[in-house]
Amino acid sequence: MKFRKTLLALAVMAASAAALADVNVGVVLSLTGPGSGLGIPMQKQLALFPKEIAGEKINLIILDDASDPGKGVSDTRRLVTEDHVDLILGSCLTPVAAAMAPVTAESKTLQVAASPVGVPPGQDQWLFRLPQGNDVMAHAMFQHMKKLGVKTIGFLGYTDAYGELWLKAATAEAEKNGMKIVAAERFARTDTSVTPQALKLTSANPDAMLIVASGSGAAMPEKAIVERGYKGKIYQTHAAATPDLVRIGGKDVEGTYVVSGPAVVAEQLPDSHPSKKASVDFVTSYEKANGAGSRNQFAGHSYDFAIVMQKIVPVALKKGKPGTPEFRAALRDAMETMGRTIFSHGVMNWTKDDHWGYTNETGVMLKVEGGKFVVEK
Amino acid sequence: MDFSIAGILAIDGLTSGAIYALLALATVLLFAVTRVIFIPQGEFVAFGALTLALFQTGKVPGTVWFLLALAGITALSDVVNGIRRSHDAARIAKQLVRTLAVPVVISLVAIWAAPRGWPLLAQAALTLALVTPFGNLIYRLAYESLADASVLVLLIVSVGVHFALVGLGLFFFGAEGFRNPSFWDERFAAGAVSLTGQTLIIFVASLALIVMLWLFFERTLTGKALRATAVNRAGARLMGISSNGAGRLAFTMAAFIGALSGLLIGPTTTVFYDSGFLIGLKGFVAAVFAGLSSYPLALVGALGVGLLESFGSFWASSFKEVIVFSSILPVLLWRSLRDPHTEEH
Repeated sequence: MKFRKTLLALAVMAASAAALADVNVGVVLSLTGPGSGLGIPMQKQLALFPKEIAGEKINLIILDDASDPGKGVSDTRRLVTEDHVDLILGSCLTPVAAAMAPVTAESKTLQVAASPVGVPPGQDQWLFRLPQGNDVMAHAMFQHMKKLGVKTIGFLGYTDAYGELWLKAATAEAEKNGMKIVAAERFARTDTSVTPQALKLTSANPDAMLIVASGSGAAMPEKAIVERGYKGKIYQTHAAATPDLVRIGGKDVEGTYVVSGPAVVAEQLPDSHPSKKASVDFVTSYEKANGAGSRNQFAGHSYDFAIVMQKIVPVALKKGKPGTPEFRAALRDAMETMGRTIFSHGVMNWTKDDHWGYTNETGVMLKVEGGKFVVEK
Repeated sequence: MDFSIAGILAIDGLTSGAIYALLALATVLLFAVTRVIFIPQGEFVAFGALTLALFQTGKVPGTVWFLLALAGITALSDVVNGIRRSHDAARIAKQLVRTLAVPVVISLVAIWAAPRGWPLLAQAALTLALVTPFGNLIYRLAYESLADASVLVLLIVSVGVHFALVGLGLFFFGAEGFRNPSFWDERFAAGAVSLTGQTLIIFVASLALIVMLWLFFERTLTGKALRATAVNRAGARLMGISSNGAGRLAFTMAAFIGALSGLLIGPTTTVFYDSGFLIGLKGFVAAVFAGLSSYPLALVGALGVGLLESFGSFWASSFKEVIVFSSILPVLLWRSLRDPHTEEH
């Protein structure tokens, strides 16, 4: 018995010694529950993660948060106290990532979130985001509206945080470009009818309608507006840039303008777009492993995370050994001094004051033509 | 606001109201017969709409496996009950056949028919046949052994059943929403006000169902037995009416009404696995207008909720739900002032 215990202790020591020498990356993703549609593609892309960076072995410790903020927090605690990870990637759901943020900040561990977490500047010292913020997307959309001579806009958005953030971003952009939001109406994803809102918006008769909704929920409000005989331009946000929009909307969504990140439309990007090479590389390698047409925005975030690691790990290795607080702090500092970096999702430039970081070159306008998303030239 | 806008809003409100009316009737029926405040009524709506949507894509809907699983668990409880009461094998076998026959046959038909692309109406009928047995099975699993418990206990069970059904709905249907094709694509216009064929179908189907329910309760022996159970459970049992049988029948009818509502609203909106809850809750608000006891008042309340929702979203769309659900407060106040009665324990 005693012999066995000694053996066990030896094995544990050997394992932890080995773990100390490598770079340990904690990954918290929603692999089950409503967010699994986002977490699973990220996990698939992580299977293609480089085994070694700058001569150091990279260990990925992947935990499932079950789409639940409480589970996400306990996963994070486990990663920082038991596994002593050097940084954490996750989560892909905003509420989970937001709940994890205080834990990573307290333990002074870098958190790279794959969701747009709205922590105010100053409180996000250890938090960086991989997805584009609404401001960057709104910029691309409003430049396009300006080009088409839009002066008045009707807004129809979710009653939740996503709708609210977009209304703020749109109001700011409209003011900047001399446009006016003439009517702002709200609805919920599970509403049985948006006819009254559509009625009010169409009677204001704006040049363009901006619909803020996500996934398969984005088609219903647009159908209601078209049914009321609206003939102007209709814009949708990047959360609606999924095949579901066309699947449910059918011919009613034909001609809709949708803003999107560059990753999912890689081949169609004009050669002048800075992300063209990175997104084509991401799409080809991902679809080679997972089948044609399997590309996914969230898998792209995993791809970009690998680019980040290639940049920050060599810098941080000069300042400390993996597993030490110095190394963790150096990783964080390296994020802020990384400079302009090309991602598959756009052009990233994190600075001390901006942990969102995408530059205005990022957003791409798409148009629904013949049931497909086509890049607007 | 001019006349045509008011007209469009009124039609929109009455269309939603007609659906809420069906759900309110089911809620009143269940409360009267079994004293269960059935919160998951809306889940049948989502099940109905999503089952038809999956038939449309040529896949076997998750409802089939869900139904088989429920039937299997119920059969298991039959066996356990039979052994505990030391029934002989033949009697247990007979009970098993009674529990399993309908769900298994319907499931087999559904599995066989799913990839064959039947016409829309046949698929709709199959959907109704698939979702309706859920009522009976859920009653037997969750409520039957608690039939004599207090209203509060039954309400707590309902909350549990609601969460279980929503979670399982996510598992069986996925997180994406579906919109069904319209049963009738015709449009009738009178000035600015237009009426789609689907709206007309909603009105006609709701009205027909209400009339059929009325005939059922007034003219048939089974209907009268249900009414007797609603008035006095113990008395009805003394007259030889099985209160368990009444409960099962009431739940089956509620599931049928829910699935039918799902088929009716499927083509007018995008339905998600969790869409049913709010729809069911609005039906419940309408049922509360009627004090959970009067069918005609529930109908009036439901149409009122639909109109309030429609005009509310026109004037202040951000506060729509607030308006609808706060409207319950004055009604409760009025009801408690009108007939004050002591709390029953």
